[in-house]
Amino acid sequence: MQTDWLYIGIMLVVAPTFAILALIIPRILAPHKPSKLKSETYECGIQTVGDTWVQFKAQYYNFALIFLIFDVEIVFLFPWAIAYRQLPLFGVIEGILFILILVAGLIYAWKKGLLEWS
Amino acid sequence: MSDPVNFVANWLKTVFTNWGVSPTWTTIIISIIGVVVLAGVALVIDIFLVWVERKVVARFQDRLGPNRLGPFGLFQPIADVIKLLLKEDITPDKADKFLFNLAPVLALGMAIALWAVVPLAPTVIGSDLNVGVLYIVAIGSISTLGIIIAGWASNNKFALVGAFRMVAQMISYEIPMVISLLIPVILAGSMGINSIVKSQPVWYIVLAPVAALIFLISSQAELGRAPFDISEAESEIVAGFHIEYTGMKFGLFYAGELLHALTIGGFFSCFFLGGWRGWGAETYPILGIVYFFIKAFFMYWVIMWIKYTFPRIRIDQMLNLNWKFLTPLALAALIMTALLDKIFQNASSVVYIIVMLGGNLVLLYIAYLVTGIYARVERKKVASPEDNRVNFPIKSGANIVETQSSERVQA
Amino acid sequence: MTGLQILFLIIAAITLGGALMVVTTRNLIHAALWLILCLFGIAVLFVLLDAGFFAVAQVVIYIGAIAILMIFAIMLTRKVAKDSGSQTNSTWPIAGIVAIVFFGGLVFLFQNWQPIHTLPPTLPQGYNSIEQLGMALVSPDGFLIPFEVASILLLTALIGALVIAWGKNK
Repeated sequence: MQTDWLYIGIMLVVAPTFAILALIIPRILAPHKPSKLKSETYECGIQTVGDTWVQFKAQYYNFALIFLIFDVEIVFLFPWAIAYRQLPLFGVIEGILFILILVAGLIYAWKKGLLEWS
Repeated sequence: MSDPVNFVANWLKTVFTNWGVSPTWTTIIISIIGVVVLAGVALVIDIFLVWVERKVVARFQDRLGPNRLGPFGLFQPIADVIKLLLKEDITPDKADKFLFNLAPVLALGMAIALWAVVPLAPTVIGSDLNVGVLYIVAIGSISTLGIIIAGWASNNKFALVGAFRMVAQMISYEIPMVISLLIPVILAGSMGINSIVKSQPVWYIVLAPVAALIFLISSQAELGRAPFDISEAESEIVAGFHIEYTGMKFGLFYAGELLHALTIGGFFSCFFLGGWRGWGAETYPILGIVYFFIKAFFMYWVIMWIKYTFPRIRIDQMLNLNWKFLTPLALAALIMTALLDKIFQNASSVVYIIVMLGGNLVLLYIAYLVTGIYARVERKKVASPEDNRVNFPIKSGANIVETQSSERVQA
Repeated sequence: MTGLQILFLIIAAITLGGALMVVTTRNLIHAALWLILCLFGIAVLFVLLDAGFFAVAQVVIYIGAIAILMIFAIMLTRKVAKDSGSQTNSTWPIAGIVAIVFFGGLVFLFQNWQPIHTLPPTLPQGYNSIEQLGMALVSPDGFLIPFEVASILLLTALIGALVIAWGKNK
């Protein structure tokens, strides 16, 4: 068990290291001649106006909320899915009930028109 | 000699033990060697994926693709890499320097990190994690983070808009993707990817075609590939979240996307096409690696096929497809699989396969009917002026029809 | 000290450092990213405790969903991403002393508490803790009621959050 995680841990260190290496090599090889014009924000040639920090649509937030709830639900379902083979039919139906209650939330959001992008 | 990978690992183990290295350090050193080799192989494959991608898209568009450097243009990606390494890197003044550099590292790093749990052959697997499926999802969440960092750190409006769209898409499609992954987990009774492969004498694409379809569509969206590429829609926001990236930093995003696509192909083959399973793979694990890569590249080709066939969809269509179609369908498939499997688990295997396949086909047919009805209702809504609550800007064409018809009523 | 203990100390230090940066950094987005580092450190601690499922669940839920939600929420605000007020007030030395005293008290108490010095028993070979968790979640003498109530709680949270988030716009 811990050997498995050891491998994952090493991977999570080594994989970004490879990527960082790929960023360091151009530091040495590539030319570096910065100029004011080059390092301006790219906006197809026009000067950028105002802040980048514009207010975003509130709807992104709504979808993130719905996602959060469903994410939590699904993580709950994984232990159930693994134990599935050992469960009696009753236990399976319990899990399905759990899903159906959450479906009610989806239906609510749908009926209220919160799933429409406008 | 039927299993060279483990042969080398065991040989190294004896060498280290003879040198007097303690068992713990032997494990650690062998793990490091394994990780470096695996990541290196993934990167080499990644470089040649550039060639595969360019060649295949050329064929889809009736062109030849790279064919000058080396046989079939095989050396083209090497030239590409040298060019990327020699290009000047431009960091915009207003960018957040550290985060700006962190984002591409996350993009490629996480694509490589996924390979830690891929079972290449029955005995060749980096780490047979017992929570493998959730590990994939977790790494996916960190890639999402990489994109939002890229968008924010660039300090560019296009980048931020692109990042927002991409993240909204990725988190939305994560739901049906994970639900569809629950179905193989239920059938195999384990989250370990190798156990899922081992439990597939019958490929799960036969037992759960609906889940396979949902996984394919939603992982296409996770990748941000066409038709789900609103995050980098060239005609609207130029290049999306990686607009400010140049040289190798852009290269890392590109490489990350390609490798991620192949990895998704590999996972599809593990979950639904039996992974390394094939004739003689149990006795000769090296054959398992071959089978795995054949299946993974086939699925990679399918992903490209979809990418180069469908036009880009709008953001409202993207969200509708996810929340009103894929998610309910995935939940229905999950419930159906759980019930049918429990009821028919003691039936003979032929009956079991027929029941599962039949259930899935019936579900698909119902989904087809329901979408048909839904589309008809939507069309009616657009066509009738009294009940027109649909006001997407893009439906202006429909509005013209509506104005004409209302004028006709007045006339 | 074993290797695991050293690893634990390093991870704990990173986690606490991340947590400290969350409250001291001026930029809200940076604060959110430090929070993510902190949450990731906790996931690694779960791994060290041999609780792999909780580790991945931590990453999926806290980093993949809650942190993203927070970043979205920060980006919905207009120009308040940089905090310019003073970060301390006149009572901070007293608060610091109280915190140190409490920390010392906890360390002292745990020194004398026996269970903290015992090592956890090793799990039997082939023990599948996630499967046991799944069985317990739906068995009537396990956590069946909390499991179903959790689902209703999630439903309530969804509806409540949407009503609050949407209330003013419609």
